[in-house]
Amino acid sequence: MQHGKYRFIVGFLAAPMAIYALFVIWPFIQSIYYSFTDWTGLSPEFKMVGFKNFERLFSDEIFWKSLQHSLLFVLLLPLVTLGLALFFAFMLNVGGRHRKESAISGVRGSSFYKIAYFFPQVLSIAIVSLLFAFAYNPNSGAINSALQAVGLDSVQPEWLGDPNLALWCVMAVLVWSTVGFFVVLFSAGMASIPKDFYEAALLDGASRVTTFFRITLPLLWDTVQSGWVYMGILALGAESFAVVHIMTVGPGGPDYSTTVLPLLVYQKAFRDGQAAYATTIGVALLVVTLAFAAVVMRLGRRERLEY
Amino acid sequence: MKTTETSPAAAELGGEQPPAEKTGSAPAAEKSAEGKVLNVFSHGMLILWAFMVVMPLLWAVVTSFKTDREIFSSPWSLPDSLQFGNWTRAWSQAHMSDYFLNTLLVVGGSLLGTMLLGSMAAYVLARFEFPGNRFIYYLFVGGMSFPIILALVPLFYVMNNLGLGNTFHGLIVVYIAYSLPFTVFFLTSFFRSLPTSVAEAAFLDGASHTRTFFQVMLPMAKPGLISVGIFNFLGQWNQYMLPTVLNTEPEKKVLSQGLVQLAVSQGYKGDWSGLFAGLVMAMLPVLAAYIVFQRQVVAGLTAGALK
Repeated sequence: MQHGKYRFIVGFLAAPMAIYALFVIWPFIQSIYYSFTDWTGLSPEFKMVGFKNFERLFSDEIFWKSLQHSLLFVLLLPLVTLGLALFFAFMLNVGGRHRKESAISGVRGSSFYKIAYFFPQVLSIAIVSLLFAFAYNPNSGAINSALQAVGLDSVQPEWLGDPNLALWCVMAVLVWSTVGFFVVLFSAGMASIPKDFYEAALLDGASRVTTFFRITLPLLWDTVQSGWVYMGILALGAESFAVVHIMTVGPGGPDYSTTVLPLLVYQKAFRDGQAAYATTIGVALLVVTLAFAAVVMRLGRRERLEY
Repeated sequence: MKTTETSPAAAELGGEQPPAEKTGSAPAAEKSAEGKVLNVFSHGMLILWAFMVVMPLLWAVVTSFKTDREIFSSPWSLPDSLQFGNWTRAWSQAHMSDYFLNTLLVVGGSLLGTMLLGSMAAYVLARFEFPGNRFIYYLFVGGMSFPIILALVPLFYVMNNLGLGNTFHGLIVVYIAYSLPFTVFFLTSFFRSLPTSVAEAAFLDGASHTRTFFQVMLPMAKPGLISVGIFNFLGQWNQYMLPTVLNTEPEKKVLSQGLVQLAVSQGYKGDWSGLFAGLVMAMLPVLAAYIVFQRQVVAGLTAGALK
């Protein structure tokens, strides 16, 4: 296998490496460099300003708000989404009544549920956001008119217009659109857990709750952990940008109540002509993302269970 | 899933069964009642979530056939007569046909490029030992956890300097570059799992490395290619953040951007019914394709996280 090996390797790697280096790695390096300059993005001139942008970060109230919201996203969204998904997946795969042939089984119609739950995953986040922006419309949206229909005329929240509610509305949309993916993911993981384990637990008289915490969750832990990282990156990145950018007034409003870090980067760079400061915020986002991934990996480390 | 009868012989997991002769003690009876409550609750949750996922989508479909007046006066009622005019208006006047065409063009090119370059790089990284192999691999894989928005600020200017800003081929190359991390990660482990003997035999028969790759290895890797291909197709078709930043010319917009654009402009014109028709138009083909290729789509989208 030696003949012409290196020529082949170089030939095959050259194009992908070149594209990847030019359009992904190079901009990343550049943006870290730019965070130490006063580049506006409007003109090619700039000079080094040291840590000035970072000093500005610390006194920027909107940055702190965005950071706070992004942190809330990254802490809460995986918890809620994965929690719901684990519950649904457990019900669909293990929660059913018992048949003669097997000790455990899913509830009736579990394949229907799996298909339906997965719907949001194939839709563009832009479509989902637009759809919910209408549903949340305070005057003629689906939610408020449904409330009216059941006699709750007095409960007509402004939803996205209410600074106290808007962020939760946005988070609900992200939960709505991601739970199904994790249900299906965890279902696949649960299907590979040997049935004997459940049978043994049953013989010992374990309840469903015990079975979940003592058997399913530990054996599924690797999948849950990678799902956790995946969901966190999503909550910090492109998905949260799209949802906030499309759904909220401003975007990021009302009164900066929904602004998140990726949105702030975008606005500073492409609306306010402060490209260098935008990259500084981006660097902060990078730090948060890497810290999150490191914490989850660290906390999640357990002895790997072989089965 | 077909039978609901409970087997008297089977041990009870949650205890939906009345305590039989076998386990007729007091604690078991308590557990059974508890199990029943739990059971009703769990099933209720499953049904509720299915309802919450399907309702907004159905609501959008129904709304797309209503008149503007009906949308505002009674959001939940069925239309008096089906307004197919909404659909034709959205398709031609609101430029949905252009957005579809643009998206097809961009995603067609980028998907082909991603699969070709991604599989080439992955094959070399999986099957050949050379200095720097691990480094290049981690360079690619690391791209999965970085916040893309950070790179987008300089990338916008890199694109303009290269004359690639606001062009389809520019967007295609960027889509390829940002799809490479996952594609390389996934396909590298896939190529590693394939047997080496076939490639060696082909090589001994005088096939070059390149020919071995295209005529032997790629066909063998078909299941992996399909999975990652579906993943990339949906990711690129639904992409919102990259085109929002890099592709700002109105007539070059892709579907997700076009819909948001439509929401803004129809908002001024008050043509909500046309907008809903546009939304549903964008939604249905993907949902239909998902239902038809359900198994492959699920496998494709969950494959990465299960590795």
